[in-house]
Amino acid sequence: MSRLLDGLEVGERIGQRVPEAVVEATPRWVVVHPEKLVAVATYLRDEGELDLGFLIGVTAVDQLDHFEVVYHLQSISQNHVLTLKTRALDHKNPEVPSLVSVWRGAELQEREVYDLMGVRFAGHPDLRRVFLWEGFAGHPLRKDWMEMPGGLTPGLGRFPRED
Amino acid sequence: MTMKSEPFVVNVGPQHPSTHGVFRLRLTMDGERIVDAEMVMGYLHRSVEKLAEGRTYTQNIPFTDRLDYLSAMSNNLAYCMAVEKLMGIEVPERGEFLRVIMAEFQRIANHAMAIGSFAMECGVWFTPLMWMFRDREKILDLFEMTCGARLTTNYVRIGGVSFDIPPEFMPAATALVKELPERIAEYESLLLENEIILVRSRDVGVLPPELAIAASTSGPVLRGSGVMWDIRKADPYAVYDRLDFDIPVGTRGDCYDRFLVRLEELRQSVRILEQALDMLPDGVASVEVPLALRPPAGEAYARIEAPKGELGFYLVSDGSPHPQRFHIRSPSFINLTPLRDMVVGLTIPDAVVTLGSIDIVLGEVDR
Amino acid sequence: MIFLAEWWDVRDLGNAVGELLEWLGDHGPDWLPYTASALVGAITIVVFLLVSLLVFAWLERRLIGRIQARRGPNRVGPWGAFQSIADAIKFVTKEAITSANADRWVFWLAPILVVVPALVVFAVMPFNEGMILADLNVGVLFLVAVGSVTAIPIFMAGWSSNNKFSLMGAMREVAMLISYEIPLVLALLGVVIFTNTMRMNGIVGWQDEHNTWLIFLQPLAVLIYFIAGAVEINRTPTDIAEAESEIVAGYHTEYSGVKFGMFWLAEYFAGFAIAAIIATLYLGGWTLWGLEEWVPGWMIFLVKLYGLFWFFIWMRGTLPRLRIDQLMGFAWKALLPLALINIFFAGLEVLLWQENDLAAEAVLPGFAIANLVLAVVLIVAWAQLLGRGRPQYRPTRARLVKELGAVVYGEEA
Repeated sequence: MSRLLDGLEVGERIGQRVPEAVVEATPRWVVVHPEKLVAVATYLRDEGELDLGFLIGVTAVDQLDHFEVVYHLQSISQNHVLTLKTRALDHKNPEVPSLVSVWRGAELQEREVYDLMGVRFAGHPDLRRVFLWEGFAGHPLRKDWMEMPGGLTPGLGRFPRED
Repeated sequence: MTMKSEPFVVNVGPQHPSTHGVFRLRLTMDGERIVDAEMVMGYLHRSVEKLAEGRTYTQNIPFTDRLDYLSAMSNNLAYCMAVEKLMGIEVPERGEFLRVIMAEFQRIANHAMAIGSFAMECGVWFTPLMWMFRDREKILDLFEMTCGARLTTNYVRIGGVSFDIPPEFMPAATALVKELPERIAEYESLLLENEIILVRSRDVGVLPPELAIAASTSGPVLRGSGVMWDIRKADPYAVYDRLDFDIPVGTRGDCYDRFLVRLEELRQSVRILEQALDMLPDGVASVEVPLALRPPAGEAYARIEAPKGELGFYLVSDGSPHPQRFHIRSPSFINLTPLRDMVVGLTIPDAVVTLGSIDIVLGEVDR
Repeated sequence: MIFLAEWWDVRDLGNAVGELLEWLGDHGPDWLPYTASALVGAITIVVFLLVSLLVFAWLERRLIGRIQARRGPNRVGPWGAFQSIADAIKFVTKEAITSANADRWVFWLAPILVVVPALVVFAVMPFNEGMILADLNVGVLFLVAVGSVTAIPIFMAGWSSNNKFSLMGAMREVAMLISYEIPLVLALLGVVIFTNTMRMNGIVGWQDEHNTWLIFLQPLAVLIYFIAGAVEINRTPTDIAEAESEIVAGYHTEYSGVKFGMFWLAEYFAGFAIAAIIATLYLGGWTLWGLEEWVPGWMIFLVKLYGLFWFFIWMRGTLPRLRIDQLMGFAWKALLPLALINIFFAGLEVLLWQENDLAAEAVLPGFAIANLVLAVVLIVAWAQLLGRGRPQYRPTRARLVKELGAVVYGEEA
C-alpha cells in the first residue's frame, strides 16, 4: 500500500529548508506559497528520504474566490505519496510558477490546466491551449464561465465569439 | 560537399490511418528525418470534466465509459473507487472480485487491440489484429452476457457492480481462460522474434527510465523502460493483494520492449483471472447506495492500473449532489509528454511505430 | 469450320484466327494481316488479364480471410464470387476527384500510363507453343526495359497530386525501383547464360529439351528475382511506396474512383507479370515434362502463374513491412552481391560444360546440386557477415519481477 506522507511532518521539513513557504499544512496535504513553489518542488524531488520524483498529476480547482493548483506526488523508490497544493489568490488573473523545470510531466498537464481553467504558469516553455482552439473565449472549467463578458452565452450559437 | 535541404512540415493526422483517431502530429522534416514534432490534440474534446460538474455522482459513471472506450470497465472502476473513497463506502467481497475479473478481462481486450494495431503500424496487413479480435470478441460477449453492453459497459457502480453475473457466465469465462494461453502462444509464434518486427522496433523510440519517470509516464510505457512499477502491487486496490502475479518489465525502453511487456501482461492477466475465478466468493455483489449521493465536503484521489497506465480520478465535493471538481488523470494524455523526445531524429515510419507503441485512445487524450 | 472443336483448347481458336489472317492476306493489302493479328493478340491478353484479375481480386480476399481467421467477402453471388464485379462497378461509378492544385494533365495521364508496362510484358510471354504475340529475339531484354518504365507513371502520379504524402511515396518508389532493378536484371542474366538465348520461347524450349527447369540450376537467382519482383509490384509487405500506416496511401493518396481503380489494376497486372516471368524463365513455361501433350500448354502455364501469385498473397497476409532504408540496404548489401556471385558461378559452369564438351545429362544434375548447396551456403554466410557486430537481440521476453521501485534499464537478462 502506498503510504500517505503526513502533511504536518513534511510541512515542517519544508519550513526548515525553505522558510516561509508553507501556508497551511494538514495531515492530508501541504499548501505552499506560489513564490516558493519551485524551491519546494525541487527540494521534494531531490531530498533523499522523500524522493518524490514522479508527478502523478497536476490539476486546478476553482474555489470561487481563488484557484487551488493541486500536485499529486509519488515516490517510486519509497512508495509514498504526497499532495502538494498552492493557491493563486487573484481570481481574475491567476498565476503560479511552472514546474516543468522540475518535472517534465507537468508540461502537457499545465497546458491543460491553462486551457480549461485559465491559470497561467509563469516560465512554462510553451504555454498554449491544448484542447480548445486559439481564440476560444474564456476558460470553460471556471465556475463563472457562463457569465462571460459581453453577455455571450456559449453553447447557444455555433461557437463563442472567436476573436 | 554537403547538400542543402529545406525543412518541410508534414501533418500526420488528424485524418491518418495510424494516429488511432484524430490525433495530429506536425512533423518538421529534413528529408526523411524528423527534426521537430508538435502534438495537436483536442479534435475529440467533449469537455467531460465540465459536463460532470452538472450531473450527480451516479450520472457521471456513463461518461467514464466514453473516455478510453476500449477499456470501459477500468474507467468505471477508477471513478467508482474515487466516489467510494469520498463517501467511505465499503464494497462487498464478491463485488471486489467481480471488479477484478472484469478489469482483467478488459486488460486482455485492450492489449489485444494495442498489440494488433502496433503490429499493423509495423506493416503487417491486419493479420495479428484479426487474430486478436477473436479473443476480444469472446471477452466482449462475456461483458454483454453480464451487463448487456459490449463497449460502453457502465457495469461497475458505486458500492459494487450493477448486476451479479448470470449463471452462464462462469462456464464461459472458465472455458475462455483455459483457451487463452494457447492463443497467446499462437500470437507469440506469429509476432515474437519476427525478424522484421525486430528491426522495425528494436532501439526505435527509446525512452530512458529517467525521462520516463520525470515525464510522468505510466503503465506499459513506464515498465517498458525497465521501471518496476505497477499500481496493482504498489497501491493495491480491490483484492489484488490477495492474488499472485508478476510485473513484466523491459530492459531497453524501446518500442519492442513496450510490445513485449503488453504481450507478457496478457499472460499475467490470465493468471490473475484463473485465481480470481477460482476464489470468487458467494454473497451479495454490491451495497445499497442512494441514487442522489451527497458526499461530505472534501476531496479524494483514487487510482488504478488501467491497461494504458495509471488512471486516476480526483474528485472535490462541496457537499452538494454534484462534484465541484471532476478531474481525470488520463494515462493516454500524459504518456504523450515525452513523445517529442522519442521521435526527433527518427523517420516517419519509426514515428508511427513509436506512437503505436504508446497505445493512446483519443477519447481519453482529448476527453 | 474447325471452330471450337474442343471447348477447352484455345488452339482451335488460334487456328480460326489463322484462317482469318490467311483470308485477309489473300484479299487485302499487306499490312492488314499484321494489324489484325496484333489487335487479336492484344485484345486476348487484356481479356485474359481482366478475367484473372476478377477472379483473383475475389480469391485473394477469401484467402487472406482464411489467413486472418475471418470469412472474407461472402455476400455478392455464390461464396461472394461476384464481389470483384461489384468492386469494379463501384470504382467506375464513384466520383474521380481531381484536387484543385493538381497538375491536371499529368494527374490524368499517370493512371493510364501505369497500366501499360505490365500489359506490354505479356506481349513476349509464351502462353503455349506459338501462342505468343511477339516472339522477339531479345525477349528478356524487352522484359527488363519495359518493367523499369513503371517508375515514371508512378512518379508522375506522386508529383502531380501536389500532396506531400504522394510525393514521398513517389520518391520512395523511384529510389526502390532503381535499386531493385539491378539484382532483378542480374538474376535474369543467369538464365541467359545457361540457355544462350534471350528469346522467351527459346528459353522454354531449352528447358524442355534438357528436361529440367532453370529453378534447379539457378535456385539463388529465383529467390533474388522473387524478392526483387515482390518489391517491384508494390504489394504488402514491401509496399513502402504506398505504406498505409506511414504515408496514408503513397503516390495514389489523391486518386479516387476509376483513376484509383487503374492503379489497383496495375498492381495486379504487375503481379501477374512477375509471376508469369518466373513461370516462363524458371519453371519451364508451358511445358511440364510431357504433360503438355495431353493438357493444353496454356493451362499448365496458368497453373504455374497463379500458383506463384498465391505466394504473393501469402506473403501479404503474413509479413510486416520493412523501413525504406532497410529495404534499400537489403538490395545493395545482400541481393546485389549475391546476384553477382551467382552470375559468376553460372558463367563458370557453362564455361566448364562447353569447353569440355560434356553431355548435358551428365553435368546438369551436378550443377543443380552444386548450385543448391552454393545458394544455402551463400545465404547463411552472407547473413552472418552482415549480422556481424550488430547488437544481439535475444532473449526476447519481458523480464518478470515481483519487487517494486527498482530500474533494470540496460541490463540484459
